[in-house]
Amino acid sequence: MYILKSSKKYDVIIVGSGAGGGMATKVLSEAGLKVAVMEAGPHFDPANPDQQTQLKWAYESPRRGAGTQRVFGDYDMAYGGWDLEGEPYTKAEGTGFNWYRSRMLGGRTNHWGRISLRFGPLDFKSKSRDGVGEDWPIGYNDVKPYYDKVDKLIGVFGSKENIYNEPDGFFLPAPKPRLHELYYKKGAEKAGVKVMPSRLSILTKRINDDRGVCFYCNQCSRSCMAYADFSSGSCLIFPAQKSGGQVDLYTNAMVREVTVDGNGKANGVNYIDKDSGLDYSLKAKVVVLAASACSSARILLNSKSAVHPNGLGNSSGLIGKYLHDSTGADRMGFVPNLMNRKIYNEDGVGGMHLYSPWWLDNKDLDFARGYHIEVWGGLGAPSYGFGFNPNDLNRFFGERIGGYGDGLRSDVKKYYGSVVGMSGRGESIARIDNYCEIDPEKKDKWGIPVLRFNYTWSDEELKQARHMHDTFEEIIVNMGGIPLGDKPGKDKNYGLHTPGAIIHEVGTTRMGDDPKKSVVNAFEKLHDVDNVFVVDAGPFVSQADKNPTWTILALSWRTSDYIVDQFKQQNF
Amino acid sequence: MNRRDSLKYIAAGTFASSFLLTGCEWAEEEKVTQSLWKYKYGRTPKEMAHDNAILAQQFFTAEELALITNLGHFILPGNEIGDIEKAEVPAFIEFMAKDYPPFQEPLRKGLKTLNETANSSFSKDFIALSESEKKELIDPIAYPDEAAEALKDQVSFFTLMRNLVMTGYFTSEVGIKDLGYLGNQPNVWDGVPEEVLKEHGMAYPAEWESKFLDITERNTKAEWDSDGNLIT
Repeated sequence: MYILKSSKKYDVIIVGSGAGGGMATKVLSEAGLKVAVMEAGPHFDPANPDQQTQLKWAYESPRRGAGTQRVFGDYDMAYGGWDLEGEPYTKAEGTGFNWYRSRMLGGRTNHWGRISLRFGPLDFKSKSRDGVGEDWPIGYNDVKPYYDKVDKLIGVFGSKENIYNEPDGFFLPAPKPRLHELYYKKGAEKAGVKVMPSRLSILTKRINDDRGVCFYCNQCSRSCMAYADFSSGSCLIFPAQKSGGQVDLYTNAMVREVTVDGNGKANGVNYIDKDSGLDYSLKAKVVVLAASACSSARILLNSKSAVHPNGLGNSSGLIGKYLHDSTGADRMGFVPNLMNRKIYNEDGVGGMHLYSPWWLDNKDLDFARGYHIEVWGGLGAPSYGFGFNPNDLNRFFGERIGGYGDGLRSDVKKYYGSVVGMSGRGESIARIDNYCEIDPEKKDKWGIPVLRFNYTWSDEELKQARHMHDTFEEIIVNMGGIPLGDKPGKDKNYGLHTPGAIIHEVGTTRMGDDPKKSVVNAFEKLHDVDNVFVVDAGPFVSQADKNPTWTILALSWRTSDYIVDQFKQQNF
Repeated sequence: MNRRDSLKYIAAGTFASSFLLTGCEWAEEEKVTQSLWKYKYGRTPKEMAHDNAILAQQFFTAEELALITNLGHFILPGNEIGDIEKAEVPAFIEFMAKDYPPFQEPLRKGLKTLNETANSSFSKDFIALSESEKKELIDPIAYPDEAAEALKDQVSFFTLMRNLVMTGYFTSEVGIKDLGYLGNQPNVWDGVPEEVLKEHGMAYPAEWESKFLDITERNTKAEWDSDGNLIT
């Protein structure tokens, strides 16, 4: 292989431009360091009219927004999906894992749910609490100052609730609940389930002059042209460029490996320029991996050298191990009282206005760890699929299903907004036997060895999913509703989604004090190498029943501060 | 090496994909150019090339499209706001058949069987049938729970057609107006209208009042005290 060498030398190369990479870019460049950001996809700016999908109508797409091109629909802002052409992954027999990747500046932050929850004190010390899994080497108080800073820099709405394991932050005001959410609140509280305003990184109020305020189109999944939601490009990388930092963006640049000198110290990366297909080498004093938990593990495992024969930072043999995703199960209910609704603009923010944090004590339950409940429904915008099976709900009134004619039109209007959905998203237990590794045979189209996944759920997760469904049914009935479909039984894994499906994969480069039992230390630095850091969700020891992004951001900031400090002490 | 300028990159992609059309007839090219203008939303160069390739192909024959249109009107008759043609449902079904090839065989076969049945029962094509003759043919396949097992394939065909017609209509400009959907525009959410809350016997909890946004203060820059209480 012929490798072209760039004459440029950087202080830091950051691999990946999502939440972790974006935060590192901002903090490191604003500290005066010269930074290169490697992104495997094209440039993306939600304010670029040629890339925008926000505020488009379904009929502006020839497929009315169907998911034949982008799996979550035409207007979803992710250039990626479960399967990328030329970039395969494999699964070991008898196991399952779905891996969602997005190749674009900002990565998956351009379309995510903006659910921005802090981990609580219990979440960092799970083993001490229930004897399962492992404790983090750091605790809530180590991360709290960074959560505070992330809240103020990026903006998150919510409410002060004084719940020990759901720490409050610096919140913007919450939007009022929608009608179906008030029904949910009534039904859930009757079932003893706590309900509170949701916590989403969407600007209900101005926080600075560079970003706009939410205009309530419900389309955060399309990435906001006014920069009123958190996307890594619009909130971290562009501001870093604007504030005069030395940031070079390398787009369509697929990192193959981290390179090392004769002593095993990192000195840069080799990457493929996807446009030309040529290999390049780039030098830096420090390498920060933020390519996503599984991609960073893959890069490290593929970075073999005489000093690091099993992959960079892999003397413990633990890179790729302890992979875990959130648990997930969903249910819908039909609420007859929500038929024939008076129509008004109910778009609201892109996501639920209220939700339920974990409300029980596992001591009284047959599984460890909890879940939160997300709510959906309302008078949403029609797109592909709207109007399918227009009168299936007739079955609850003993009326005929199917047919044709004007009746179909009135059936659609009658049932519009009468179905409410619930999604449980919970914590799974990190296990050493759930992992990704390098497939010994398969390579991607650039000849880079690909990942093979080994992942099975345990009884803990199955029992949790069963509990979710029991709760959903109780809430739906309490709302005056009728659960739709059958409650999934044991034969269907209690409706538990395939691992990876919730897109919260974490844990592949776990954090710890003991180099034999972990890959990175408390500052996300490889135990084996002093100048390589991992700032995506790879270092997560456990993932809580919270979405990972806010913790990725806080830890990346904390690690970046540490890197700046080490530069000041001339340790690189 | 400067690959930072995404605007140029995307624009180059647009031009590159339009060169794919040089082999087309002039009328075809004009048709696609109009579609390009019409279907203007952020797509990657690869996605746009896929769409353009599809728009330049024709799957259904003129006769099949006429039958789709006729059947579409039968499934959902028009009203004062619009109809399935104003909603461009036939063009949408033509596109979906190419965009999602598993639709092709059941749709083509179903249309053919429908016409064959019309001819064997009434010696006329489906299009030429009276409303009551159409009902006589469609009733046995329009209600899945009641239909005969032998008609399974035609029941699936009709269900697919109904789904495509209904979603095609209600995702169109006229269909969205007909439905009454009022969003997809900049606005300020300040809760469910009072009369709707009353109608449903709901109210915003008094103890939550302080948690909610005061919409008049939304443009005032947020500031907090050291305990995280918003002071602006």
